[in-house]
Amino acid sequence: MDNYLFFIVSKFNYWGVMILIMIGIYAIISKQNLIKKIIGMNIFQTAIILFYISIGSKKNASIPILHHLNEHTQKINPDDFVNPLPHVLMLTAIVVSVATLGVALSLAIKIYQQFGTLEENIINNKIAADNNRQSVIDRL
Amino acid sequence: MIWQIDVIILVMVIIIAIGVISIKNLLSVGILFGAYSFMMCLLWAIMGAVDVAFTEASVGAGVSTVFLIAAIFRTSRGSKD
Repeated sequence: MDNYLFFIVSKFNYWGVMILIMIGIYAIISKQNLIKKIIGMNIFQTAIILFYISIGSKKNASIPILHHLNEHTQKINPDDFVNPLPHVLMLTAIVVSVATLGVALSLAIKIYQQFGTLEENIINNKIAADNNRQSVIDRL
Repeated sequence: MIWQIDVIILVMVIIIAIGVISIKNLLSVGILFGAYSFMMCLLWAIMGAVDVAFTEASVGAGVSTVFLIAAIFRTSRGSKD
């Protein structure tokens, strides 16, 4: 029992990541407003980036800039520095997330100019009404 | 990494994320999303990822908020859910 408790508590960063991912998926699936959906997508992306940064961090380590040797061995000890490889990967992911945000917001603006609203259910109703009218015109 | 600060800011990030998706005024959502990005940036700075942290502070908290507010001023400001 104590083992399980230690396992749950010591991995608190990953629990936070899971909660954030669930919040993002909930916003994408169940919110009707398109801006809210886009923000849910962004929360999801930042949660994934947080997951990768948590993988790279370790206890009693400083930032990955080489400024001192180990005082006992007078050599560079990799345990003194956090792992910089996930940082470099996630730097790319941040730029990609801003690009997807810009594209999604421009598409939302175009949808607003076409339909006059950002609510998804109203847009679906308008598309269905347009299709009905078109089919009536075709039958005539 | 100081785990007490990490836990406090992680809880604040989750609370702000719940607030972002539950507020109805979209302009408040944009500003609160900037706060969310900045809290995330602090979290990464604590975990030793300084390069990721300042990229997020300039790109995530700065440019994303400007994009969101520009898009909200071109569309509607209210939301039903």
